[in-house]
Amino acid sequence: MKILVCISDVPDTTTKVKFKDDNTAFETAGVQWVINPWDELSLTRAVEMKEKTPGLIDNITVVTVGPKESEATIRKALAIGADNAIRVDALPKDAFYVASQIAEAVKNENFDIILTGIDSADYNGSAVGGMLAEMLDLTSVSSVSSLNAENSKVTVTREIEGGTETIEAATPFLAIVQKGIAIEPKIPAMRGIMMARTKPLKVVEPADSETLTHIEKFEMPQAKGACKKFDAEGVDELVNLLHNEAKMI
Amino acid sequence: MNKMQKEKSGAFIVNETDSNDVFIPEEFNEEQLMIADTCRSFIDTEVAPHFEQIDKGDRALMRDVLKKSGELGLMGVSIPDNYGGFGQDFVTQMLAAEVIGSAYSFSVAFMAHTGIGTLPIMYYGNEDQRQRYVTKLASGECLGAYCLTEPGAGSDANSGKTTAVLSEDGKHYILNGQKMWITNGGFCDTQVVFAKIDKDRILSAFIVESDWEGVEIGQDEHKLGIKGSSTTQIYYNDVKVPVENLIGKRGEGFRIALSILHMGRMKLGANVIGAAKSAVTLSVNYANERKQFGTLIANFGAIKYKLAEMVIRVFAHESAIYRVSKDIDVLMDDYKKTYEDAGRAAIDAISHFAVEDAILKVYGSEMLDYVVDEGVQIHGGMGYSAEMGIERGYRDSRINRIFEGTNEINRLLIVESMIKFAKKGNYDLFGEAEKLNESINDLCEMKIEGGYYEQKMTTISHFKKVIALVIKAFTNSFKSIAQEQEIQNNIANMIMELYITESLALRVKKIEDTHNNASLPLYKDILDVKLYDAARIINKEALEAIASFSETAEDRIPLVNAIKALTDVPLVNVKDARRRIADKIIEENRYKI
Ligand SMILES: Cc1cc2nc3c(=O)[nH]c(=O)nc-3n(C[C@H](O)[C@H](O)[C@H](O)COP(=O)(O)OP(=O)(O)OC[C@H]3O[C@@H](n4cnc5c(N)ncnc54)[C@H](O)[C@@H]3O)c2cc1C
Repeated sequence: MKILVCISDVPDTTTKVKFKDDNTAFETAGVQWVINPWDELSLTRAVEMKEKTPGLIDNITVVTVGPKESEATIRKALAIGADNAIRVDALPKDAFYVASQIAEAVKNENFDIILTGIDSADYNGSAVGGMLAEMLDLTSVSSVSSLNAENSKVTVTREIEGGTETIEAATPFLAIVQKGIAIEPKIPAMRGIMMARTKPLKVVEPADSETLTHIEKFEMPQAKGACKKFDAEGVDELVNLLHNEAKMI
Repeated sequence: MNKMQKEKSGAFIVNETDSNDVFIPEEFNEEQLMIADTCRSFIDTEVAPHFEQIDKGDRALMRDVLKKSGELGLMGVSIPDNYGGFGQDFVTQMLAAEVIGSAYSFSVAFMAHTGIGTLPIMYYGNEDQRQRYVTKLASGECLGAYCLTEPGAGSDANSGKTTAVLSEDGKHYILNGQKMWITNGGFCDTQVVFAKIDKDRILSAFIVESDWEGVEIGQDEHKLGIKGSSTTQIYYNDVKVPVENLIGKRGEGFRIALSILHMGRMKLGANVIGAAKSAVTLSVNYANERKQFGTLIANFGAIKYKLAEMVIRVFAHESAIYRVSKDIDVLMDDYKKTYEDAGRAAIDAISHFAVEDAILKVYGSEMLDYVVDEGVQIHGGMGYSAEMGIERGYRDSRINRIFEGTNEINRLLIVESMIKFAKKGNYDLFGEAEKLNESINDLCEMKIEGGYYEQKMTTISHFKKVIALVIKAFTNSFKSIAQEQEIQNNIANMIMELYITESLALRVKKIEDTHNNASLPLYKDILDVKLYDAARIINKEALEAIASFSETAEDRIPLVNAIKALTDVPLVNVKDARRRIADKIIEENRYKI
């Protein structure tokens, strides 16, 4: 079986977010980039399956749409255990653009399983996975929290309202994964880091594609106000403030 | 990066260094950063959740965590590939040591295993010993210890009484004696033991396996800090050590012990950076949460002062650590061209930098003690509570001034090595001092002019002149300088300030020249404050030293005037500079500058 893990290069989750150009662009200066956490877990699961069941998975490929700078993240994915990588040399403009680029880059590669994260930690669009499944005409399941594979079949568990659902599907198959797919991201071992240098990283030119959306502006969430405390006797005042000041009731 | 110059230990006392020739932490490559990341993730996920349990003395857990680090390959960072390691350069080894340094007792156990427990065999062992032991130590299959200290032999390490007598059949050395303060003693599989063969004056080194008959491991010591690291006595009662387990030659043990200590000091210098950065983070986290008098304590100038001083010292020390690490790599590559054995080339390059490793051991351990002390202070009463990480940091810091050679011994080594290398002709310290003496009155007229960096570098060159003059006067005044430890301390303190401040200045200049870095103004603040402080310290230490000489007050006048003039630096608004540095840390809410 061949697995494709789609990875996106996102700002470290502790980044202090700032905007520039009149709040139309994200300020990238001083930002540290990491593998999108869901993608890192997907990759971890793929590597686990490869290591646990010899012969089941022949190859794990990672793909990213990003500039040259995203290669550090790609090499980390190779260090974690991917066998090779594809980078589409373009800025990831929006979900449709990214999905189109990935679809174009991998359409002839016959992957049995494709994994995407449920969203990316930067724009949280939650759209690439579904679009990619459509473009490649694949069965897909979203909110996947566990994944197992044998021969030409996968079994996934997915979160549903109030419980979980277990689904079996034939490959080729695309899973949009979330929490639970793996417990902790796999830490690249020294051997993996050394090997990452020599693993193939193919850079492909972007295909023609539209950008369907455009960012007007960003806004910071309002800073949280100070907390007010009331004694048990202060109910009247509490009601008054909720009504007149917070305008909640 | 430019082709690096080959540096000589201590030569910074007279030579000027081009900032293009120093390596700075801003230049770590992608692979080095990935290795650091791996170390950090390992500590976050496998060690940090167990800090408390480890400190309760759960040795099985410690062993288990150590083994896991081995599985990840972390124990092989310094070991060449043909012995199961990953053959990383010294800069990378130091970066890994920095990150591991934030893991309290685990760090001590890990560093003892990978450093003093493994490297004597790697650097001085023969092929057979490396295959038998180093491969297993590099993977974590075996855990190692280093047994030099004895009840009667601490700082005076060569005075040990443990003996090794060749058996009649010539197949074994029979080992008898007692070792003390042995890190990892409680669970190690292999030990590097130092003992004297027959009536030798000098030590030899042996590999001993803990489960051999006659090896008796004592109880764990109850300690002030690093409680999770095992420290025991070990007794040897007629232990039969196969002759194949003698490391290097008979009588080579003391040299091995000292070289390994040089390496250990360097690595300790890196460890303390990681520990200090995490203490800064804990402290600023607290300052950003704790309110008094209706405001966060982070808003108080007294707290900002502390945070800024912590950062200044960490940043300056870090500049020196990676500067010398690269110097070691350059020398190592050079030695490897001519040496038959890469292990020897490595250890000779590391131990070449005797002046620098002693500086970094002393400055680094005192830097960390300052940082954790002020860290506790920022926490107020909570800093005294065992619930807070800073309390552990405070206790665990203290050992660094004691082991790997006490700071007293290392201060003496700074001065002795510098004078020794000068007398060997490695650099012309005394010639320079002679020239300065000839025109000593002109020194009072020296001006600090030019652009920002020119002024800084001129000031630093003035520090060099002061130190050269004091060393010259000192060696002229005393037949045996060894009897004058107080003055040696004065000189050691000046040399430390010089090296640290110069490394900082070279780093900031290189960042300005080659990197587009938004924090540059803050780095300049750090440099401004540090240089100003260094001038005050050097002024005090130099005058104190000179005043302690037997010369009459009259003879001293030109020298005293020169010292005063050369350490006279322009005033700096240190308050505002420190506030800006602190504000950045407060905004980031962690050590990030
Ligand atoms: C937790 C811990 C772990 C350790 N781990 C190891 C280990 O794994 N392996 C190992 O072999 N050893 C280990 N040691 C031993 C350590 O290296 C020694 O404790 C250290 O070298 C000091 O020796 P000492 O304790 O005998 O002190 P002493 O040498 O007795 O020193 C006492 C004081 O006198 C000062 N002093 C001594 N000589 C001079 C001098 N010539 N001039 C001026 N001042 C002097 C010292 O600086 C110190 O302040 C460890 C120690 C501790 C506490």
